[in-house]
Amino acid sequence: MPGAIWAIAELDEEGQPTRLAQELATLARGLAADAGADAVGVVLGAGASTVQAAGTALAAYLPVVLTVDIPGAAEHAVAAAAAPALAALVRERRPAVVLVGSSPDGKDLAGALAGLLDRAVLVNGAAVRWTDGAPSVEMSTFGGRLVTQSMPTVDEILILVRPGSITAEAAAKPGTVTAVMPAATDTLPLVRVVERVQAEAAAASIDDARIIVAGGRGVGGPDGFGVIRDLADALGGAVGATRAVVDAGWIAYSQQIGQTGKIVKPALYMAVGISGAIQHKVGMQTSGTIVAINRDPDAPIVEFADLVVIGDLFEIVPRLTAALRARQA
Amino acid sequence: MRIVVLVKAVPIVGNERLGDDRRVDRANGLEANGNDEYTLEAALKLTEAHGGEVTLVTMGPAPAAEALRKGLAMGAARAVHVSDPALAGSDARTTATVLAAAIRRLEYDLVFAGADTSDGLGGVVAPWLAALLGLPYLSYGSRIEPGPDGTTIQVRRLGARGYDLLEAPMPALVMGTQVLGEPRYPSLRGIMQARTKEIATWSLADLGIAPDTVGAGVAGSRVTSTALPPPRAGATVVREAPDAAVAQLVDFLAARRLI
Repeated sequence: MPGAIWAIAELDEEGQPTRLAQELATLARGLAADAGADAVGVVLGAGASTVQAAGTALAAYLPVVLTVDIPGAAEHAVAAAAAPALAALVRERRPAVVLVGSSPDGKDLAGALAGLLDRAVLVNGAAVRWTDGAPSVEMSTFGGRLVTQSMPTVDEILILVRPGSITAEAAAKPGTVTAVMPAATDTLPLVRVVERVQAEAAAASIDDARIIVAGGRGVGGPDGFGVIRDLADALGGAVGATRAVVDAGWIAYSQQIGQTGKIVKPALYMAVGISGAIQHKVGMQTSGTIVAINRDPDAPIVEFADLVVIGDLFEIVPRLTAALRARQA
Repeated sequence: MRIVVLVKAVPIVGNERLGDDRRVDRANGLEANGNDEYTLEAALKLTEAHGGEVTLVTMGPAPAAEALRKGLAMGAARAVHVSDPALAGSDARTTATVLAAAIRRLEYDLVFAGADTSDGLGGVVAPWLAALLGLPYLSYGSRIEPGPDGTTIQVRRLGARGYDLLEAPMPALVMGTQVLGEPRYPSLRGIMQARTKEIATWSLADLGIAPDTVGAGVAGSRVTSTALPPPRAGATVVREAPDAAVAQLVDFLAARRLI
């Protein structure tokens, strides 16, 4: 039997597998079926009961889940705390493919793990298919202007997978959960978390939002984001922004989309008062449907939107919000 | 405080293309990766406040030196350009290995790297490098400050809902984001001074690395096919008065089952 396909699960603040972790588990199950290999989920976290609970949740998607209690994981940065134990587990069981979520924690963990294992990494995967006996990884490159397929040249590979590669779907029957204690032979210097500081009013995350309403310079100022937030609320979406308005301090960096911010792929992207400069375009142009609301009929965004409403956003957006609320009522 | 700042020269955003060999074409104009300039700015501010110097390190073909020249004009003291024909087509594994070999030859308290590069979007070289060098790794920094007793570094790590304050002893590797603050423009004086600053060029032989252990030949993956994304049909442009425009927009969203 070929080497197993593993999905490494990231946990949210409540200790449950994130949506990205559920997607990875679903992906691993499908790849393993095509490869004739085992599908295995791995949960790493602080505390035996936490990882047991998360493992049980993940087992809805996978036949086998391994849990690893990492003492001190709660008080330290994730990569150095978890990578040595995961490296030991990988050396012991030799999976062919290890899927890791392309999130900040996932990238940190994958980089540290690759360094310990000297294993190649395929990054930025938008989709993974089993092809000719190996995983073929689709990537959207150069800001969405090119789609590439890449395959490993080695037998054992790590793959970083972006949110939205697949729709998470539970298996027909839940799998087993087994606690394991790999004997780590590597050590990495730990980084202590002195304190965790919550923003006063944390905005909904844009990472895996189905709908994003983004504002640019056209909203005029921090107060202008009120109409953007209202529309996002009415649509059940998240608020995004361009770099210019983040630099201006109108909204937090966590919401920035584009070259030095995040790359997103929602089903609906509404660009409000956004001209569509290349630095923004590279972060959103692979979105499903793109709607622009802009005064300027010659703005670059017109070139790659599906629908453009020409006009004053302060006249259009509140009416749109009201119309959506009326529909829902 | 001696800070090594890693800079990647990437294709100018919007101009990226693959060459005939299906590798990123680096002969079509390069610039410093966006986030790298933010970490350089943070490094310059730290050395201005606490003393010390900034050394730039890049790995890349000859035109990558332009990105170093700009960093020197911004205020870095010197630069190291790791360049060797055998490095063409290197993957993240080779990049981390070669950068680790270069950094081991330098004296430093901190190594800085920028978040995700615009050409690769991998985001794994920095933690990989930290693992190879055995350095504490503090990532997604929005603020970097020396700890209270001067032997540690404190970094605010951005999260979805705020930040974690991280602390580790130096030497350490810090990966930074745009939130560190806008990079300065090189002054005329800085540009003049940069002309006399040293850019050391190191080959694989200088680093004691065998050419057959790096480059495209040992890359862990290869591009098997490329395609253009499906084209958009072209925008429907709505120019009606607000009420009529909103009615059209709602119909459009409903037809696509988005509401």
